Amino acid sequence: MPALNSSSMPDIVFAILFFFMVTTTMRSETLMVRIKLPTASEVQKLEKKSLVTYINIGPPMDERLGTGTRMQLNDRFAEVSEIQDYIAQEKASMNEADQPLMTVSIKADEETRMQYITDVKQALRQAYALKISYSARQGQNQ
Amino acid sequence: MAKTSRKVPALNASSMADISFLLLTFFLLVSNMDVDSGLARRLPPPPQSEEQTSQEVQRRNLLVVLVNSRNETMVQNQMSSEWYATVEELRGAGGKVPLKDKVKEFVLNTSNSEQLPELTEKDFGPPIGIVPVTDQHVISIQNDATTSYKMYIAVQNEVVRAYNELREEGARKYFNTSYDELTEDQKNQINDLYPQRISEAEPKNYGGQ
Repeated sequence: MPALNSSSMPDIVFAILFFFMVTTTMRSETLMVRIKLPTASEVQKLEKKSLVTYINIGPPMDERLGTGTRMQLNDRFAEVSEIQDYIAQEKASMNEADQPLMTVSIKADEETRMQYITDVKQALRQAYALKISYSARQGQNQ
Repeated sequence: MAKTSRKVPALNASSMADISFLLLTFFLLVSNMDVDSGLARRLPPPPQSEEQTSQEVQRRNLLVVLVNSRNETMVQNQMSSEWYATVEELRGAGGKVPLKDKVKEFVLNTSNSEQLPELTEKDFGPPIGIVPVTDQHVISIQNDATTSYKMYIAVQNEVVRAYNELREEGARKYFNTSYDELTEDQKNQINDLYPQRISEAEPKNYGGQ
């Protein structure tokens, strides 16, 4: 049986490698709240990841912390009053030209009560982060 | 000069594949492909002074969509009001008029009714030309403190669906193609024709726990 010529294998693997290197975005934070996103059929994709700031809302993963709704900004739990500082910080780390395009993606658990979301929305208004997106999974409800 | 023919020994490249596989596996593991998606909204800027908190909107131009603490939805304009108890009913189960049809009727006002938003003639450039539109209409989505986020998103979704269907119909009517296939300029024209005028009201506390 003739030996299979595998000299082009590294080339192929490199091609795949470069694809993944380009498309990859490093997982920057570990979720500390449990989030089951609601479903919606009319969702739009958020295009530029560098312009998106995330706010995670849901019950804590660690059950010792109770089942109340908590909010995670970056890698720690935070209160609603800290949103303004967080947004200001995130804005400062952006390009000046990109700052008006900043989008805040609210990733909230579907069982969250609207009171919490409303408080967050009011805080975002005060911080002039007016472009928001309610994160949702593509699909039909139920 | 004596020319000694020195041969460069061939580099052993057989481990190249192993190394690149290793790198490949690393990137496979750390990459996450899922793109975040959601319903985009624009919040109003914060109120500047105490007095300037509410905007006056004519009653006929307003469609109130209220989701209460029992996750029931009420849709009300000057003409009629309708209650929906579940998400299925929002889509038309149980003989109800689906929420999206209510919204479309409200936005279009084809019958030029006194009870629906007023029509003004506007020029949208060729090929649309001058058409009457309800450019003052407002859909106000309101909620209670204990409304669940899931229901709120479901209602938002139905309203956005109504607008998307209107835009799709507009694209078919004026450009004879689907909305997704329009150029950027044509999309803007259609978006101007049917602008999303959804207001997320200032929080109010209605009854409820």
